[in-house]
Amino acid sequence: MLRLHYNLEKISMGLVAAIIVAASIGGIVEIAPLFTVDETVTIPDDMRPHTPLELAGREIFMREGCYACHSQMIRTLADEIDRYGPYSLPSESAYDHPMLWGSKRTGPDLARVGGKYSDPWHVAHLIDPRAVVPASIMPAYPWLMEPLDTGNLGAELATLARLGVPYTEEMATNAAADALAQGNPDSDGAADVATRYGEKVAIRAFDGDPARLTEMDALVAYLQSLGTLTDVAFETEEVKVPEEAP
Amino acid sequence: MIRSLSSSERQLGIALSVALALLGLVMLGAAKVGPMAVHGAMAIAVGVALLFALGGGLAEPEPRGDRLARYYDEPTRFGIVMTMIWAVFAMAVGVWVAALLYWPEATPLWPWTSFGRLRPVHTSGIIFGFGGNALIATSFHVVQRTSRARLADSVTPWVVLIGFNLFCLWAVSGYLMGSTQSKEYAEAEWYADLWLVVVWVVYFVLYMRTLARRNEPHIYVANWYYLAFILVVAMLHIVNNLALPVSLAGAKSFTIWAGVQDAMVQWWYGHNAVAFFLTAGFLAMLYYFLPVRSGRPIWSYRLSILSFWGIVFFYVWVGSHHLHYTALPYWVQTLGMTFSVMLLVPSWAAAGNAIATLNGAWHKVRDDATLRFMFVAAVFYGLSTFEGSFLAIRPVNSLSHYTDWTVGHVHSGTLGWVAMIIFGAIYTLAPQLSGRETMAWPRAIEWHFWLAVTGTLVYVVALWNAGITQGLMWRTYDASGALSYSFLQSVMAMAPYYLLRTIGGALFLAGAVICALNTWATMRSARAGAEAHDRPLLPGPALPEPAE
Repeated sequence: MLRLHYNLEKISMGLVAAIIVAASIGGIVEIAPLFTVDETVTIPDDMRPHTPLELAGREIFMREGCYACHSQMIRTLADEIDRYGPYSLPSESAYDHPMLWGSKRTGPDLARVGGKYSDPWHVAHLIDPRAVVPASIMPAYPWLMEPLDTGNLGAELATLARLGVPYTEEMATNAAADALAQGNPDSDGAADVATRYGEKVAIRAFDGDPARLTEMDALVAYLQSLGTLTDVAFETEEVKVPEEAP
Repeated sequence: MIRSLSSSERQLGIALSVALALLGLVMLGAAKVGPMAVHGAMAIAVGVALLFALGGGLAEPEPRGDRLARYYDEPTRFGIVMTMIWAVFAMAVGVWVAALLYWPEATPLWPWTSFGRLRPVHTSGIIFGFGGNALIATSFHVVQRTSRARLADSVTPWVVLIGFNLFCLWAVSGYLMGSTQSKEYAEAEWYADLWLVVVWVVYFVLYMRTLARRNEPHIYVANWYYLAFILVVAMLHIVNNLALPVSLAGAKSFTIWAGVQDAMVQWWYGHNAVAFFLTAGFLAMLYYFLPVRSGRPIWSYRLSILSFWGIVFFYVWVGSHHLHYTALPYWVQTLGMTFSVMLLVPSWAAAGNAIATLNGAWHKVRDDATLRFMFVAAVFYGLSTFEGSFLAIRPVNSLSHYTDWTVGHVHSGTLGWVAMIIFGAIYTLAPQLSGRETMAWPRAIEWHFWLAVTGTLVYVVALWNAGITQGLMWRTYDASGALSYSFLQSVMAMAPYYLLRTIGGALFLAGAVICALNTWATMRSARAGAEAHDRPLLPGPALPEPAE
């Protein structure tokens, strides 16, 4: 062995080839099986992708680096289930490019934060966290009351569709209009949003003002959608408990 | 830079500067507004500045005729300057964001100074700006000395360094404008990623061409590590950053990976950024500068082989330990945990080899703060890799994950190991490249050493306490079976630790500022045209010693 290495050290391309081989094996073994994810992870029947407004909110979430302090991945541990709800399933982030599982909880997990707090609470909290939670150390985001730029949403939906997210051409064409309508329940387009994305989609003035669409609308719509895209995590619990009971 | 280039090389440089400015113009013209347009303007500015500098220098006299009989250290000098600029900038951002966790009201009410945008500025600034420049600068030095050959040409080292720093600038300024892929430690958008691939290929080709010109039959251990760093970082960077841009005229893109597969790819990248960016290249530094400074050969050649291949093979498997108890398949988590524990063997082999090398030179460790930096780096490398293996064990991870313990662990590696070995290398290199015996202020190295050690210990101990406290508060139940603490109570409990870690970080930053000033003073005091005294081995008759 030592002799072999003694000779390998004299050939630079030999070292290069050996390094590539040695460093590739682990990645191939662990990542390649996940290409079967389409067969091994069942997408629940009630699963929907994010609406254009929620997608815009998701991009604001990423832009502001929220994922640095808030995870979206409830682990299979009793205290996490008691604190945050049923543990996260792989299908729940199947449409997420990228996933936002996070790695640090300076603030609480957000995987199931949707519906836990009211819209006005979120708005007040984002504008000045310490007005609502005096001990909070979250930064304030007063600039979110700016108007939302919806110009790119159609192209973004089309791009995600090419990557396998089930957005139809109709959804992509109407993306900007749908974003506007989701923030204004009295508008003509509101019914179309429900038709395209399902009856369970929240359609309301998230920032309290239906007349204008702000980044706040988008971010709050996104936060309220977290954990509500499918009920599969709750169903699993309900089914399992009676079956396993003696 | 210009004086060291021949006039044909200056002309090539001008052509490349024009190409860079044109690339910037295309980006600016296509995007018109937004981060990509700003980055296009930056490329134009860099290209035009280089164009003027090189154009103005065309009439300068040709470099001395025997320059090819010398090592090419100008790029290393530039790399060291950039290393220290990024160090002070990115550590200052780190201390600032640490302070914001203790004092959140201090956040100015404009978007680009918000915690979430500054945090990747700190991480990318340190990993790529500080670490990357140090790696490239020292690799140029080490590959020449261990091959006893000059760099293969004089233009590509500048392409690598300037191109790499432009990537860092694009990345960091992009985050401030809110442009991010949100993949941790790979936040830069698609065009910056493509640019880095080009720079990296140039770097690899230059490295291989220089190795091909070596006058030593064997390739020294340090070069194995630099090669692993260059090759595997390329592999990780390309796979993790595969993305579909929404439009070629805009910064926004979506990664091709989704959900659980994205998580696996991300942490395969994320942990191997630690392995091959923050470990392999720095082990190369350790394997070169520690023997040079202590005047002792590496203790065991066999152990070097064992640890090198162990690290290259085992590390790639361990990324999934970031995903214990998540929606990642259980067997992948188990593999990640198993390999993380096995990784301790090659890691400690490397750390032990370094420490055993100091046998017979302990009096130098006592007297020479520069060598002491390297010794402490090896010790922290051993401690951090032990902690890493420990934290990767599933039940331990259930407590530590998502807490500040992870942050503490990372900083024991980056402050204690990575930064310390960089400082050791810089204190060795800066005088040598300036034709001096010592740094301009030798006593300041002692000050820096003790500030760095104290800062690291305060930081790490504070965050150990913070992380374990958080982990325990989150999982404590009372007698009635309810959770004892609200999340907010765990946040409130962090205040003293966050204050302490800010102080620890500030001490470390103070040391880095001293290092930057000392390096500046050393380089400035160098005689005009000062250079290292050693020479590459050339075929043919020996050259006369340079006149003093």
